[in-house]
Amino acid sequence: MAHVSANGIVVEFPIYGAKSRSLKSTVLHAATGGRLATDAHEHVIIRALNGLSFEFREGDRVGVVGHNGSGKSTLLRVLVGAFEPVRGSIETAGRVASMLSLTLGIDVEATGYENVFVRGAIMGLKRKQIEAVVDEICEFSGLGDYIQMPMRTYSSGMYMRLAFAISTSVAADIVVMDEWLSAGDHSFAEKAQSRLANLVDQAKILVLASHDEQLIRKNCNKILQLDHGDMVRFAAL
Amino acid sequence: MSLIGRGVQIGNRSQLALAAKDFREGILSIHIWPMLGWLEIKQRYRRSVLGPFWLTISTAALVGGMGPLYGRLFGLDISAYFPFLAVGFVVWMFLAGIITDSCTAFISAEGYIKQMKLPLTVHILRMVWRNLIILAHNAVIIFLVMLFWPPPLTWDLLLIPPAVLFIAINGIWIGLTLGLLCARYRDVAQIVGSLVQVAFFLTPVMWHAGMLGKNQWAAAWNPFYHFLEVVRSPLLAATTNWSSWAAVLGITFFGYTAAFLLFARFRARIAYWV
Repeated sequence: MAHVSANGIVVEFPIYGAKSRSLKSTVLHAATGGRLATDAHEHVIIRALNGLSFEFREGDRVGVVGHNGSGKSTLLRVLVGAFEPVRGSIETAGRVASMLSLTLGIDVEATGYENVFVRGAIMGLKRKQIEAVVDEICEFSGLGDYIQMPMRTYSSGMYMRLAFAISTSVAADIVVMDEWLSAGDHSFAEKAQSRLANLVDQAKILVLASHDEQLIRKNCNKILQLDHGDMVRFAAL
Repeated sequence: MSLIGRGVQIGNRSQLALAAKDFREGILSIHIWPMLGWLEIKQRYRRSVLGPFWLTISTAALVGGMGPLYGRLFGLDISAYFPFLAVGFVVWMFLAGIITDSCTAFISAEGYIKQMKLPLTVHILRMVWRNLIILAHNAVIIFLVMLFWPPPLTWDLLLIPPAVLFIAINGIWIGLTLGLLCARYRDVAQIVGSLVQVAFFLTPVMWHAGMLGKNQWAAAWNPFYHFLEVVRSPLLAATTNWSSWAAVLGITFFGYTAAFLLFARFRARIAYWV
């Protein structure tokens, strides 16, 4: 059973090297960003998430919305397990696919083919598992013989095609995405859309952060709204 | 200390368990850290004809240049001094490489640490692995020197692989400690860099500990000396320096204990610091 359960999670970033006095007065009423404060040691801290509690269950398609700096990306990073909350707890059951960076680990001097193995390993796949999908990935990316060329020879579109193909090649229970992914030219983008939709359909839980209301309405059945790190709304759409 | 970590309590059982879990899962991620370590070596030498063997050549040039000069300066027989310097220098490069790379182990992995869940120990292991690969290339020099001046064949030679392994094992706690401290306090890397440079001259790499005369304590209290000795004494003196082995084992034990407590206390903060 895939599920996520968060209980009063607080995330605070210490900002080292910032002068607390000069910041304090000016930014407290800013329209963007999390809440700023100072701790006992006069360090400036940003409270990016302020005591969030929620429960994601199977079938949930959660759209995370909020203004710039409201804590969306931070929440996603907590969900994929990169950040551990300063207070509160989060429990996740199921295989999480982090779609926060498709290019993490890619070495542009290596060939596309080699990079499939590097990215695959970083995504947690064993060599055998990668071997099982490598041909499909190469095929889908449509790079042809370029797959055996160093990736620095790729155009940015080709680069993203391959990165996209690798990252979407493995099914996961929980898919965490910052903005809906897309890649390549018109014809590839269509192919990419159906592949991504397929991945999302298979996933038991989707968490998608976006500014695009249309997109959220189309793909999500729940909405989680953040404002200055507070969860101001978590409801069915 | 003001290493901000209010959510994590000292002596908190679960933090110790989570640190142990990170460590265990890191070591078991055998499909990741050897690959990443090797990839970094490949990246550095991509499109160069000799590749990583440039490491061998630059070390060989250094040893080849310094050997005759310092042998003469110290008034030592070149056939004794040259192997001594070659072995000592190669092992020193391994030690110094681990220590200086430890400082950037977490900082350079920022992209990974902030975007996905990987055991943090993976980044330390990949750093140690990379230094082992560099050592393997530099070890060619030791073999060449030993062809000219063969070491006495004794059972003590069998202790060389474990000695190298122990340096690598110590590299893990050094990496965890320095990697963590350098992520929080960016000045530490600069301090460590200068200290390693000074330590090279204060450690019996170019000179024999015996030259200290009555002041042997200066070597005995130098941890680097013992790490050098466990590799060097079987090759050069046909003996095993048991007191150095005892020192190495002691350092391993205390180093791991301290590093583990520090890691347990601040592990969760590293993602916020890098």
